[in-house]
Amino acid sequence: MATAPASSTDQPLAAPRGFPVWGTLLAVAVALIVIFSLAPVLWQLLTSLKTNPDIAANVYVPKQLTLVHYRNLFARRPFVDYLFNSTLVSAISTLLCLGLGAPAAYALARLRLPGEQIVLVVLLIVTLFPYILVFLGLLEIVQALGLANHYLALIIPYTAINLPLTILVMRSFFQQLPKDLEDAARVDGYNPLQMLTQIVLPMTLPALVTTGILTFIAAWNEFIFALTFMTDPTRQTIPVAASQLGGTSVFEIPYGPSAAATVLGTLPLVLLVLFCQRQIVQGLTAGAVKG
Amino acid sequence: MAKLELKNLKKAYTPEAIPVQDISLTVEDGEFLTLLGPSGCGKSTTLRMIAGLEQPTQGDILIGGRTVKDVGPGERNIAMVFQSYALYPHMTVYENMASGLKLRGLPRVEVHQRVDEAAKLLGLQALLKRKPGQLSGGQRQRVALGRALVRKPDIFLLDEPLSNLDALLREHVRAELKQLFAAQQSPVVYVTHDQTEAMTLSTKVAVLNQGYLQQLDSPQRIYTHPANQFVASFVGSPQMNFLTLPCQGDAALLGEQKIALPAGQQRQQVVLGVRPEHIHLAQPQAPLTLRGTVQLVEPLGMHNLVTVHLDPAASPAPQPTSHLRFLLPMEQDLGRESVTLSLPHASVHWFDLETGERLGLAELPS
Amino acid sequence: MRVSTIRGREQITAWVLVIPALLLLVLGFAYPIGRAFWLSQFTENLATKLQPVYSGLENYQRLAVDSRFWDSLKNTAVFTVCSVVLELLLGLGIAVVLDQPLRGRGILRTIAILPWALPTALIALAWQWIFDNQYGIVNDLLLKLGLVQTGVNWLGEPGPAMLAVILADVWKTTPFISILLLAGLQAIPQDLYEAYAIDGASAWQQFRRITLPLLLPQILLAVLFRFAQAFGVFDLIQVMTAGGPGGATEVISLYIYATVMRYLDFGYGASLVVVTFLLLVAVVAIASFGLSRVRAHPRN
Repeated sequence: MATAPASSTDQPLAAPRGFPVWGTLLAVAVALIVIFSLAPVLWQLLTSLKTNPDIAANVYVPKQLTLVHYRNLFARRPFVDYLFNSTLVSAISTLLCLGLGAPAAYALARLRLPGEQIVLVVLLIVTLFPYILVFLGLLEIVQALGLANHYLALIIPYTAINLPLTILVMRSFFQQLPKDLEDAARVDGYNPLQMLTQIVLPMTLPALVTTGILTFIAAWNEFIFALTFMTDPTRQTIPVAASQLGGTSVFEIPYGPSAAATVLGTLPLVLLVLFCQRQIVQGLTAGAVKG
Repeated sequence: MAKLELKNLKKAYTPEAIPVQDISLTVEDGEFLTLLGPSGCGKSTTLRMIAGLEQPTQGDILIGGRTVKDVGPGERNIAMVFQSYALYPHMTVYENMASGLKLRGLPRVEVHQRVDEAAKLLGLQALLKRKPGQLSGGQRQRVALGRALVRKPDIFLLDEPLSNLDALLREHVRAELKQLFAAQQSPVVYVTHDQTEAMTLSTKVAVLNQGYLQQLDSPQRIYTHPANQFVASFVGSPQMNFLTLPCQGDAALLGEQKIALPAGQQRQQVVLGVRPEHIHLAQPQAPLTLRGTVQLVEPLGMHNLVTVHLDPAASPAPQPTSHLRFLLPMEQDLGRESVTLSLPHASVHWFDLETGERLGLAELPS
Repeated sequence: MRVSTIRGREQITAWVLVIPALLLLVLGFAYPIGRAFWLSQFTENLATKLQPVYSGLENYQRLAVDSRFWDSLKNTAVFTVCSVVLELLLGLGIAVVLDQPLRGRGILRTIAILPWALPTALIALAWQWIFDNQYGIVNDLLLKLGLVQTGVNWLGEPGPAMLAVILADVWKTTPFISILLLAGLQAIPQDLYEAYAIDGASAWQQFRRITLPLLLPQILLAVLFRFAQAFGVFDLIQVMTAGGPGGATEVISLYIYATVMRYLDFGYGASLVVVTFLLLVAVVAIASFGLSRVRAHPRN
């Protein structure tokens, strides 16, 4: 990726013409960004493929690659369960979040709603809340309803904590729709609900995907609720399960399996970023900048 | 088909922002009414109130004699064509045209028949399966029209439907629109800031300014008998000339010359209006003349638009300098710097200096 | 002014669309916070057999003299300030590079946002491994370069442990700032630079006089978001050091978690939640006020 720009002289931070240092500097910067972003992940990937002796000897690039850590992981732990749990909980809460958030976002974007400004300010503030502030209250709810180790114990909180951002992002997308279209639909006789389901949502499908990706990532990565509400090992999600791998036996070095677990838990998100980079950037900026 | 009545319509967003102050008018079946005015005059807001997209602050709207104040846009049985066409991008042309009918629960056969009919009329048969994104601007405009036509509404509302077309296409579509709506019985309300559209299409023009109705008349009367100085200046291109003149008895003074005011009008000062196309180079012994120096010649094609700086001696007293603009046929050579112009008395309009109101019912200027 | 029935119907529809979401938000945010305020006036721990016993402001009195609380607050402040400052500087630099017209810019952006998307708990494992005092690559590199004689016990010494978690956090969340600032950079009209360049401005002057002032709202917004997130950091430190060594990296959220989950001291935990909440709200309110003042000055 360390490609110098063909010509940078007409660009914002460009130095005067005939100043090759600038191109070199940029190439170095690009190289540093790539190393900075990828090195820790690649290191973990390499570790997961090394034999234990290579790990212990700190061999950087191993001559011999092995899948033994992955095999161990699946053999000794219900790792398929973890993947399943994470996928299920993230997917369902994402759908719920969109299902509840999109209508609310539409009402906030386009319908007359008394107290709309207050709702918006509250939503903005709530997106800033660290989860630790609500974890105690949610723990009580989970206990009172006997939801511990039930998927709902994660699905409900994940939907709730991701709703504010979903609403803000979707609202900013709805506001970008041409207003004439909805006026035309009203004249045609669409009621607000038909308008939402037959006109607005089909038109904002890309926005739904964008928002859904953000929600999915947040749900997949969540830690504190998963750690607290799911104590049954077969119900754990990947981040929690992986973080608790440490030392299946006293004599075994857990680095290999731990690295393998990291790679497996990270892989779906790496793929998501690879294919949906544009949507992620769009969603993040829509939520933060325009919200 | 239904008569449309607006009664003392007012729309206020805030005490300062009042796009529509007080508008009353009636549109009968078969009439084509144009709301004409500069941007911000309240024409679009008025149209949107008729559609039910905005709620009037005061006043009432009646369709077919019944008030529609509490009736939503979808239940008013109106159809509207938007400036941006507002076609549903995710639906085909057919679905776009059929959506309003389906929502009204029309039988599938009839929906199909009506869409087919409109498509034939507008030459859209080959495009029915396409989506709006695959259409040209002119085609989209037709689909928007089709979507309105299939509804067979009580009233057609059109909001600057031609303004997104390029100049060439616009003239063509304008002619088509005229034919199309001549065949419709329902009243049409058409919003535009383009006076040519207003003149060519309408049976009736309502000129609006700052939220008030200035004049409601046939296109011809709007041109020949502008009700006030605003209408006179807004309608007609190039713009009408205005000169403020002092008066003596029942005549206005133009230099040495006296021009009779309409009967029974006596003023200190008065505004004379005359359209550029009514001013000519003076023949010898012409009754009403003005001398001046040619300042600017703008070729318009068929005519040259000539701006003449009036000689101070001949110039009306209150203004230190004044100008007149007139049209000179292209082939007529000006060839001199100093000119004498004649004002045909019959083509002169008079306005009150303070109120801008037209003076006298006036003889018909040609 | 009479409320017409059309408007009335629209409002009812609006509420119908909003209420399900609002209910869930109340359940997920309002109730837990309110509950914490309520519970903080009770003693509910093992000594009371986990039954709430009203104790007024006792929890807050205890909190005022709880040195572990104050230490955790200090750790939180150090962590937050250091990581946000580093992230801002680094994020700004990366955003500027990403804004350049490079071949393969799309791929570069994809790479640059990758850390943000990955699960923090798993990233914490990766960094734990990187900073491992026996087999970690950091120590290995330092030794090979001859910068240290013996390996640093990164996660076993207070100072290095704090440094390690800060670095890991910087790696994980810098992309968030880069993305926001990149969007801001792209919103600055190119002709501003061109006009200024014609006036003879150098690259640095362009950055200083155009980029920075116009980017200020975005910078403040990014800092606000990051501040709140760093203030409540949990996953990263819990997995990397679990607050150790000897509480050197125990931030406020770890202390709350331990109070509730390990010591089962719910009443006191609630009072910690309340104080953290109020602190956060106060800082956010001040920051938002600043932000609104910056935003009040229109661009250009």
